[in-house]
Amino acid sequence: MKILVAIKRVIDANVKVRVKPDNSGVETANVKMSMNPFCEIAVEEAVRLKEKGIASEVVAVSIGNQQCQETLRTALALGADKAILVKTDDQLEPLAVSKVLKKVVEQEGPEMVLLGKQSIDGDNNQTGQMLGALLGWGQGTFASEVEVEDGKTKVTREIDGGLQTIELKLPAVVTTDLRLNEPRFASLPNIMKAKRKPLDEVALADLGVDTASRTETISVENPPERSEGIKVETVAELVDKLKNEAKVI
Amino acid sequence: MTTLVIAEHNNSELQASTYNAIAAAKQLSGETVLLVAGHDCQSVADQAAKAEGVDKVLLAQAAFLEHLLAEDVEKAVMAQEGDYSHILAPASTFGKNMMPRIAALLDVQQISDIISVESDDTFKRPVYAGNAIATVKSNDSKKVITVRATAFDSLATEGGSASIENVDAGTHTELSNYVGEELTESERPDLGTANVVVSGGRGMGNGENFEMLETLADKLGAAVGASRAAVDAGFVPNDYQVGQTGKIVAPELYIAVGISGAIQHLAGMKDSKVIVAINKDEEAPIFQVADYGLVEDLFKAIPELIEAL
Ligand SMILES: Cc1cc2nc3c(=O)[nH]c(=O)nc-3n(C[C@H](O)[C@H](O)[C@H](O)COP(=O)(O)OP(=O)(O)OC[C@H]3O[C@@H](n4cnc5c(N)ncnc54)[C@H](O)[C@@H]3O)c2cc1C
Ligand SMILES: Cc1cc2nc3c(=O)[nH]c(=O)nc-3n(C[C@H](O)[C@H](O)[C@H](O)COP(=O)(O)OP(=O)(O)OC[C@H]3O[C@@H](n4cnc5c(N)ncnc54)[C@H](O)[C@@H]3O)c2cc1C
Repeated sequence: MKILVAIKRVIDANVKVRVKPDNSGVETANVKMSMNPFCEIAVEEAVRLKEKGIASEVVAVSIGNQQCQETLRTALALGADKAILVKTDDQLEPLAVSKVLKKVVEQEGPEMVLLGKQSIDGDNNQTGQMLGALLGWGQGTFASEVEVEDGKTKVTREIDGGLQTIELKLPAVVTTDLRLNEPRFASLPNIMKAKRKPLDEVALADLGVDTASRTETISVENPPERSEGIKVETVAELVDKLKNEAKVI
Repeated sequence: MTTLVIAEHNNSELQASTYNAIAAAKQLSGETVLLVAGHDCQSVADQAAKAEGVDKVLLAQAAFLEHLLAEDVEKAVMAQEGDYSHILAPASTFGKNMMPRIAALLDVQQISDIISVESDDTFKRPVYAGNAIATVKSNDSKKVITVRATAFDSLATEGGSASIENVDAGTHTELSNYVGEELTESERPDLGTANVVVSGGRGMGNGENFEMLETLADKLGAAVGASRAAVDAGFVPNDYQVGQTGKIVAPELYIAVGISGAIQHLAGMKDSKVIVAINKDEEAPIFQVADYGLVEDLFKAIPELIEAL
């Protein structure tokens, strides 16, 4: 079975994101970029399924600018066999991304598409579900465990009340949650090997998909600041403040 | 214009998040229709009909809707004939799971996790773990929206008298089947809606030490939450996680114990009214958002606090 993994290049999780003074967006110049952490988990899961002999090939795909090559090389170093860059300088919305991914699925014919449950920049949590609907496939979102057997996959999902297990017919879409696995680090020999693995480029325009934006970002602002708090010296003082000043207990 | 709100429920009662979504719908022009899709859930529809702000309840019942699997809810929603300008659901794991499917089939770019309604087509939503608030205008003819529950105060749950209409429930897709569930049983209030939340982090050291926080929580009528580090370490179940990628909470009082205050954690709790931090490291970033900070070993402070309450 072939697995397609969709990966996104985002501002690194450890960077303190700053809003631009003109409120048009956030600072991205000279900011460290990395693979979205949930996508890293998706790559790791695909590679593990290959190591178990369940997957035959792992293809990583990213939609973005030329620098996404770097992120795709990381995926190759982690164990993906092949990478595809759908090149565009535009920031696509999840609906557009899912339409592009549908095209790639039609060309590659995977039996499973693994995605992150959300990207830590847009925080949309949409792309996988949209892809599932467009393909008419089932979905296992927020996965903390994935098993594949007899043309089916059993997915344990992290839901608000605890855990839910469902069984999906393959082909299917799976989106990853934090506890699915702990991604490995790419070793130096694997980073070297990754340089020789195939990385195909296609221009977004050549896919013939309508990716026009449906939304306009009017402004991007700093969240409201919390007013400065105080330090209390003792538990007794804390209890007094909560009772008599904040009046919350 | 008419807004369709998809109810979140457990087949016997509405989840609180549904009332928050209704409150958001009320800020849009036109009527609000609530769809209750489920199995054997007449009682939910009866309850929904009493909610302030609901003009009509649609009840779609079928055995295959019992577990509200995304593929089946998608079919049930798409089977509705009304012409809806807006479709809303709570931004809970229920709404996050199924709403993008509906948006994609309607060829609409969903607006996720809104925290305010600026007008019928413009909304505010947090991005980058709440480090920035984006104001977004949708140019789609229909709007598909998930609503952050903590940002909209629910309207009255009693007093309304909407009509209930039985409607088509769609068809079972067989794409996905329910196997089982492991739900966290607790007598304590729900983390998402509790007035007081006591959360523990890696500083708790192990799962047994969380009993201390549970005792404290019971004294305060609080829910218990946790940081990702505490969940990853196996101290508590996954559904305790508060943060960017866990639950968003905004209680009257949030007590963070042995939590450093990483940006991803703050994203889930910094809209709380009063924040208390107990941490032995006075440099911990959690103190920057805390109204009351206590620099102290938690193993000394928590027993004292339990004693003092
Ligand atoms: C402040 C701000 C303003 C913005 N303004 C605009 C705007 O005006 N117009 C506009 O079009 N966009 C804009 N964007 C970008 C846009 O909102 C999102 O970044 C984009 O919609 C993708 O959503 P997401 O990554 O959050 O999707 P999610 O659904 O959260 O992503 C989930 C998963 O989908 C997959 N995925 C997502 N994107 C890709 C990709 N490119 N390649 C491969 N896999 C992918 C990954 O597996 C990822 O883990 C803005 C973003 C921000 C933060
Ligand atoms: C993609 C992504 C998503 C994430 N999503 C989330 C999320 O949703 N929620 C979340 O919480 N995190 C999330 N994180 C993780 C986050 O970055 C932090 O790693 C995590 O919040 C740290 O948890 P912590 O504060 O418990 O642990 P630490 O950072 O290790 O802090 C422990 C604190 O306990 C204090 N302490 C230790 N012992 C004692 C004692 N005896 N008495 C008093 N204080 C003590 C220490 O001083 C320290 O400040 C995410 C990270 C990534 C990359």
